[in-house]
Amino acid sequence: MTAEMIEATESKMTRENKTRHMADLTQRSPESYVASIVKDLPPSGIRKFFDIVVGMKDVISLGVGEPDFATPWHIREACIYSLECGNTSYTSNKGLIELREMLSESIKKDLDISYDPEDDILITTGVSEAVDLAFRAVLNPGDEVIVPQPCYVAYVPDVVLAGGVPKVVTTKLLDQFKLRAEDVEAALTKKTKVLLLSYPNNPTGAIMTQEDLEEIADVVVENDLLIISDEVYDKLTYEGKHASIAQLEGMKDRTILLNGFSKSCAMTGWRIGYATGDPSLVGAMTKVHQYTMLCAPVMAQMAAIEALKRGDAEMMEMKREYNRRRHLFVSELERIGLPCFEPKGAFYAFPSIEGTGLSSEEFAERLLTEQKVAAVPGSVFGEGGEGFLRCSYATSREEIMEAVERIEQFLIGQGL
Amino acid sequence: MRDFTKEILEVLEDDARATPNEIATLLGTSEEEVAREIERLEDSGVIRKYMTMINWDKVDDGYVYAMIELKVSLQRDKGYNAIAERIARFSEVQSVRLISGDHDISFTVRGKSMKDVAFFVTDKVSTLKGVESTCTHFVLKSYKEHGVILYDKTRPKRLVVTA
Repeated sequence: MTAEMIEATESKMTRENKTRHMADLTQRSPESYVASIVKDLPPSGIRKFFDIVVGMKDVISLGVGEPDFATPWHIREACIYSLECGNTSYTSNKGLIELREMLSESIKKDLDISYDPEDDILITTGVSEAVDLAFRAVLNPGDEVIVPQPCYVAYVPDVVLAGGVPKVVTTKLLDQFKLRAEDVEAALTKKTKVLLLSYPNNPTGAIMTQEDLEEIADVVVENDLLIISDEVYDKLTYEGKHASIAQLEGMKDRTILLNGFSKSCAMTGWRIGYATGDPSLVGAMTKVHQYTMLCAPVMAQMAAIEALKRGDAEMMEMKREYNRRRHLFVSELERIGLPCFEPKGAFYAFPSIEGTGLSSEEFAERLLTEQKVAAVPGSVFGEGGEGFLRCSYATSREEIMEAVERIEQFLIGQGL
Repeated sequence: MRDFTKEILEVLEDDARATPNEIATLLGTSEEEVAREIERLEDSGVIRKYMTMINWDKVDDGYVYAMIELKVSLQRDKGYNAIAERIARFSEVQSVRLISGDHDISFTVRGKSMKDVAFFVTDKVSTLKGVESTCTHFVLKSYKEHGVILYDKTRPKRLVVTA
């Protein structure tokens, strides 16, 4: 074809396209293209707070689900060096073998579970991707997933997007927000396939001890369920040692264990996590991963290697500081008369605001507008969250004290 | 060392003004228990002094600092201690350390002017018996002292609310 011919053909195509598009525009709004499964997802409950916060000054935030520490410098520096060396390529789908080998060792040391670095471990773009992959890899349309709430906001939408059906079980203050085996049993149907666990828990700060997990494991085995366990806060367990359900007799093969570096190493923005489990399950997740994410960013993988090599000291230092803040915050909440379950893990306190007569959303909204303290209403975290307020203590002690003072003023203003 | 002791020391190292009551809150324990442990640590010499960290560079009438390295010839039976202790007695001297490497002893001096410091070294230290040579480094700017960064840092922004 000559240049003229190409040009003529192209211009004809453009004309045709134009006509077609104009016809479409008259019939459909862009919005109408959105898939109904997405349209029907509830909007995030914290969106509203972003809108209020914009333009506000001197806000103290207890609303953040991430450490206030920057990633330790040696980890950042290792990443910079790795970039200088030109490590900018794809890695294998499963992630760098060096990282998987180190993870295998570190999990063996922490939990005494052996995962083969070759087939049992997948490096993901944050635990968020791992959660999505796990659901997509195991759910057939209509399969039910038991989700204990209050919990992190993504699980239910992730189940729905994977074609599954979430079945919510509520954990209660009365039980220290632990999951009870009888509640799991009551939620079982013929279609139940998966039980989701997330302990230490966001937003309650609850943990499950080995004894607690043993009761759950009995129900799981009896009913042939699969466990997907998000343990991203495992290193931030303040009382006793973290227990994973995968440690229990016979449970390793039934568990997809998810974890990452975000919370323990202050690496939220790096987006680096991992999944471990039976090779068939991790293999299935890898399939989805290779066609979507391809691999986790190599920079973040390099940083994670450094974190595993030399990150322990600073991780423990951060944990000790969180623990001090935990004690400080809980005792201060007590002082101003907000009853609070003593959180055992993660970095959240979950005080009850029921006595104020306000809904958790009203409370959070008015606390923000009147006293400029941002916290997240418990209702955002699903059933059982109403009546509570999630306050992150991943912020400096000075800010915690100032925030408590403002909350006290707010309560006084309410005549409480 | 017990975790409890270590925790108390960490809090105090960061903030000498922390009261036993405040420390007890942070550690989730009782004020009496903390006070008792602090007293024990003071008595046993683990806690030597409660100090304030001052950035003298921000004060008009500031100081000049120098790090001085010494090579010394050893005295029989006395080792390095005799000379190190002798240097330590001068009030101008802030720290004295026995070091490995090319030199034997390293110490820091604080003075009002470079001249002050230079004369102190030549008059008082170089003339000491056993000192073979000195090497004086004046401090031009301090970026970090006692684990505290002295230059202005901007804090990266976090989102105010996240799930």
